[in-house]
Amino acid sequence: MTTHVRHLLGLTIATAVTVTAALVLVFFYAPLDANQGFVQKIFYIHVPLAIVSLVGYCLGGVFGIGYLRTGKRVWDMRSYCAIHMSLIFSVGGIIAGSIWAKASWGHWWLWSEPTLVSYLIVILLFCTYQPLRFSIEDPERQARYAAVFAVVAGAFVPINFIVVRLSVAYVHPRILNLQGGALPGSMKLTFYLSLLGVALLFATLMKYEMASKEMRIETRRLRRALLGEDAVRPLGRTASPS
Amino acid sequence: MDDTNVIELEGLTRHFGERTVLREVSLRLARGQTLAVLGRNGAGKSTLLRILATLLRPHAGTVRLFGEPLPREGWKVRGRVGLLGHEPLLYRDLTGRENLVYHARLHRVQPERVQEVLLAVGMQERADDPVRALSRGMVQRLTVARAVLHRPELLLLDEPRSNLDPAAEELVEPLIGRASGVTRVLTSHDPSAALAEAALVLGLSGGRAVYVGPPAGLDEATLGSLYR
Amino acid sequence: MRTAATILRKDLRVELRTLETVPSMWLLAITTFVIFHFGLGRDTLRGQLAAGVLTVTLLFAGMLAINRLFVAEREQGGFDAFLLAPVDRTAMFFAKTGALFLFLVATEVVALPAFALLLAPPSLGSSLPAVLLFLALADLGVAVIGTFVSAIAVHTRARDLIGPILGLPLLLPALIATARGLAPLLVPGAGGSPPAKWLAVLALYDLVNALLAVGLFDFLLEE
Repeated sequence: MTTHVRHLLGLTIATAVTVTAALVLVFFYAPLDANQGFVQKIFYIHVPLAIVSLVGYCLGGVFGIGYLRTGKRVWDMRSYCAIHMSLIFSVGGIIAGSIWAKASWGHWWLWSEPTLVSYLIVILLFCTYQPLRFSIEDPERQARYAAVFAVVAGAFVPINFIVVRLSVAYVHPRILNLQGGALPGSMKLTFYLSLLGVALLFATLMKYEMASKEMRIETRRLRRALLGEDAVRPLGRTASPS
Repeated sequence: MDDTNVIELEGLTRHFGERTVLREVSLRLARGQTLAVLGRNGAGKSTLLRILATLLRPHAGTVRLFGEPLPREGWKVRGRVGLLGHEPLLYRDLTGRENLVYHARLHRVQPERVQEVLLAVGMQERADDPVRALSRGMVQRLTVARAVLHRPELLLLDEPRSNLDPAAEELVEPLIGRASGVTRVLTSHDPSAALAEAALVLGLSGGRAVYVGPPAGLDEATLGSLYR
Repeated sequence: MRTAATILRKDLRVELRTLETVPSMWLLAITTFVIFHFGLGRDTLRGQLAAGVLTVTLLFAGMLAINRLFVAEREQGGFDAFLLAPVDRTAMFFAKTGALFLFLVATEVVALPAFALLLAPPSLGSSLPAVLLFLALADLGVAVIGTFVSAIAVHTRARDLIGPILGLPLLLPALIATARGLAPLLVPGAGGSPPAKWLAVLALYDLVNALLAVGLFDFLLEE
């Protein structure tokens, strides 16, 4: 196993256990919503997905700073994998959230809900991360520019949320307010366990992606060392760190 | 630290992605001497020149210019180096004079110096034409003027005589030729001309230094292998 | 700063000589007003609609300048020439931001009267200073982010695509603030005072991005 990915097995087991436990709670323990019924339980999926992906985007920026400070490729790899995973999580989150919104508010999409709108804007911004990387051929420049983008986009996430919230005159009443204590204890427990499960899932998948990419790079390096520079065909254009 | 060495390379390595463009190149070049860099296209000549110009950073090994380690102290040596590469580094929509005045401002050089170098390369009459209206040879002469404008102590010359007719070659000789007395790094596709000027030869093949030494020590076989 | 002034002067001279950017921005802005007239089916606009049309038009016109901002540096060796000189690299950022800002102002000098003539409700005189203040702050935001985005995009293969898809989401908060802030100013008989909330948001957004861009710009220049 490559040097930068450790504790993969332990993490995988912990993730499997937590996610299973969270799903059990979601299906069998959390109370059924009186008005919305079973569909309301998507809440335990889409909110953690959204929270984790937003944290992931910001982490991508933090890792980007790491790359700009040290110039070490592993930071680029971390930044790339964090943003890549966040993108997958957030697309899942916005689809699940949309289904929940339909069940909860009767609309697939609500412009008056700032969280939804700013989430969409953040996704739109980060969707440009891969095309940006892909269109820079020099791998070093690609890593550097991607890191700069990650820092700016990471800082953009909170600012954007504030501005969009300000723009909405009337904020939708939060049916489920986590801070307000409107949530019964059983829902709270389920929610926090789901959040933990999704966060662990994020970390595990990110580590697997890193391990696979580092393994590929290492294999190519060894092949070149053993068989000579010309024996290994050069990589085509790629958006991932190489 | 030996003060008379303008360039000191120790194990200089540079990658482009997975490819190694320069592999453990080491040499020393004393003040006032000329280094000829020989090799095929893609041997790493231009990369070496760009590293010496502080435009690229080395990935491994040490590079010292005027005793200052690169890339950390790059800002100290910038302005003491003149680069004459494949690109003229001139704006096509500005005139030759405007371009040189712009460079003079960037390098904090007196504006009178612009007229001086324009005269030296014989471009005073066409100095107020936009660069895009000039022939390649004239652009090359302006490029020479641009490269020596700030009186660099080290000249990096990537095939400096391309596009120049014999008269123009003679004209720029005191600026960038051996007569200038400036320390020079010279690349050329034509090894015989470069060898005649050089005190030191670096033969590059696939990014490796195949030969480092005086021109006299370079035998036919090695020279042939550089261009095969 | 002297270096920035040198570069800025060079950029303005090239623009004056080639007239590549600003006249195209004028044409795009006026054409967009015509498109909005037909697209919306309105002869005059007021309030939020007027603010939105004006902001979006200016933003799209600005995109033209953003796409072109560094092209000459990239294609004619301006970056290398600049990096070879013993000067502070942030000077390039200030110079380009200044150039972009001036291009945007030059666009508005033509686009704003055209908007008033073609689409705006009558009697907007009293709110003009507030409108100008908003536009100046918006221009600053577009100039800062535009310079940053342009410096990234110019080194990519698909720079005409990367510029807008990167720039538009990043500019959205500025667009929201400008469009919302201008709305109450673009109704007949509007008072002269601009909505302070949106002025503050815009100014803060400009400031945060300027700090980020200044801190990160050097990384975009390095080879």
